[in-house]
Amino acid sequence: MADARQSAPVRVLVAKPGLDGHDRGAKVVAYALREGGMEVIYGGLHQSTEQILQTALQEAVDVIGLSIMSGAHLPICRRLMRGLADKGLSQIKVVVGGVIPQPDIPRLLELGVAAVFPGGTPLPEIVEGVRRVARAAQEA
Amino acid sequence: MGVAKYSKDKRGAIQEVELHSGIKVKASYGPEDLERVGFEYQQDLGQPGHYPFTRSLHPLGFRSREWTVRQYSGFGTPSETNERFKLLIAHGQTGLNVAFDLPTQMGYDSDHPLAEGEVGRVGMAVDTLADFEAAFQGIDLAKVGSGLTINAVAAIMLAMYEALARRWGVDTARISATPQNDILKEIIGRGAWIFPVRPAVDLVGDLIEYATAQGHLPRCNPVSVCGYHIRESGATPAQEIAFAFGIAFAYLDNVMARGYGPDQVVERFSFNFNIFGNLWEQVAKFRAARKLWARLLKERYGVREAKALFLRGLFGGGGFGLTKAQPENNIVRGAYYALAAALGGAQTTALCSYDEAYTIPTPQAALLSLRTLQILMDEMGLRDTVDPLAGSYFIETLTKEMEGKILEEMERVERWGGMVAAVESGEVQRLVASQAFQWEKDLLEGRRVKVGVNKYTEGGSQAEVELHQYSEESAARQVASLQEVKRGRAQREVARCLGDLEKALKDRRNVMPILVECCAAYATVGEMAGVMRQVLGEMKEPSIF
Repeated sequence: MADARQSAPVRVLVAKPGLDGHDRGAKVVAYALREGGMEVIYGGLHQSTEQILQTALQEAVDVIGLSIMSGAHLPICRRLMRGLADKGLSQIKVVVGGVIPQPDIPRLLELGVAAVFPGGTPLPEIVEGVRRVARAAQEA
Repeated sequence: MGVAKYSKDKRGAIQEVELHSGIKVKASYGPEDLERVGFEYQQDLGQPGHYPFTRSLHPLGFRSREWTVRQYSGFGTPSETNERFKLLIAHGQTGLNVAFDLPTQMGYDSDHPLAEGEVGRVGMAVDTLADFEAAFQGIDLAKVGSGLTINAVAAIMLAMYEALARRWGVDTARISATPQNDILKEIIGRGAWIFPVRPAVDLVGDLIEYATAQGHLPRCNPVSVCGYHIRESGATPAQEIAFAFGIAFAYLDNVMARGYGPDQVVERFSFNFNIFGNLWEQVAKFRAARKLWARLLKERYGVREAKALFLRGLFGGGGFGLTKAQPENNIVRGAYYALAAALGGAQTTALCSYDEAYTIPTPQAALLSLRTLQILMDEMGLRDTVDPLAGSYFIETLTKEMEGKILEEMERVERWGGMVAAVESGEVQRLVASQAFQWEKDLLEGRRVKVGVNKYTEGGSQAEVELHQYSEESAARQVASLQEVKRGRAQREVARCLGDLEKALKDRRNVMPILVECCAAYATVGEMAGVMRQVLGEMKEPSIF
């Protein structure tokens, strides 16, 4: 917690891509990240990958956190990662939470997702994980 | 232990118990507690089947009829869903509960760019009447009732159900469908909303008016008000009931403002409530809710017909209580949740499957849930006598205290200016989300216990749960069949219907009759919802952070 003060606060966009509207998890994580000292932009529901990229750019975030419960995480992340690369925004890191089956985790990492937090991951682990990813990005 | 909060002394004995709704539980109860809460036999309990219906809506409870079981199901193409429906009916399920995929729930056709990767994923894809024809093929619409889990486009889906009955020559007076049609809870807790709050509530009202006051669909329940999802989002059990009642009153007021009395409208409202959590709190919640609903309708709305005072509905699910850790524990939890539903006098029920924290249930898991419910009724004696906990000092005191809590929460809704205003401003969403966060912190810091999650975390299986695979192939089939239907229909008739829909929306006339025509002409869900989007606009989420 203490070292969070030493450099610029981490900025995170929490968003729900696609059509799924189950947002309890996304909101809880948003609260937890904020309590962990980060600046949280809550993107809300039904975001297209294009909208998420726009917001990420405008808000100059370090990390995009996606919450996906519908099972569509692979196609969504494929689109988002492609969009980041196309816009030259590869310094922004992407983390994913939600209903993510174990076998899909390596697939998401292969697509370039920096960390995956499947349902049931304790909040402190998520907060730490996001911070780690953001620090690595800031230092790179 | 469990999801109530406990404080203990040094030796581990429980000192204090606080239920999620904020009610304190004592170590023991006696007649003095009934006196303390002002319990009166006739006014608070009475005979089963009589006002205020605390004990049961029917004099004989489950003796005369066991609960209706409506497991939520549907995936892939309509014909795949049809197979699952038939399987469930063959295994003794007595009603259907149809799951729609997200594009359908959001009013997009299967070939819309936003539908990519989502077609048939969390429910069945419905684009046109042809899909309903395939989904319900071989099912007698006059005999089997269908819950339609759809909200923003509920009016379209009920119109389609009517169009299907007409096409098959089934008397529309005999079809029984319950569209969820609860947009306010959708905005609070489930997220499949499209239109701005007020026009969306008008659409809910259109469907209710058409089915009830106008008498077009006398066996359809036009709305299922879902405290369920509000609870899943972080509300307490007392708030679950209070907010649901606030929502139901908003819909009732909307239709009454069109010049109808309350009885004929409200008598076919139904509710959907959740069953996870502390057993006693759930049972008291259901009993208090039944009583309070009857009382409020009678006292505030002047409802007279006894049947119009019934709090009817599905008490079931329990999704949020299930855990990803040690998934087999969910089988056991499910059985206890079902017990809460039975002891609470559930008229209709359903039970989430143990693998739902991971995935869309496998057929085996879905069947296990069905068997769990059947074992309660057929082996454990839950049909033996009505409201078996009645007269318990504890349960009657708690029921009375729960009633008080629900009323307190309803006053909060009134301070917000009613449920429509509270949803528009985001007040209720903010409260519920902050409570959800607090809940997680309570678990983390051990103030609440969840077995396998923050206590007894060792052991248990790490078994890989079998996954329901998304089929690109069946999504492609769905898109192909949509395109085929669009090629084969009478285009001019479709254009005329959609034009009439636009006019009806602009003139603020009830859209149901024209939606039935649109569906019969094989207009697509995306086309109809598209016209609505264009005229009504889309909702902008209120900021709650």
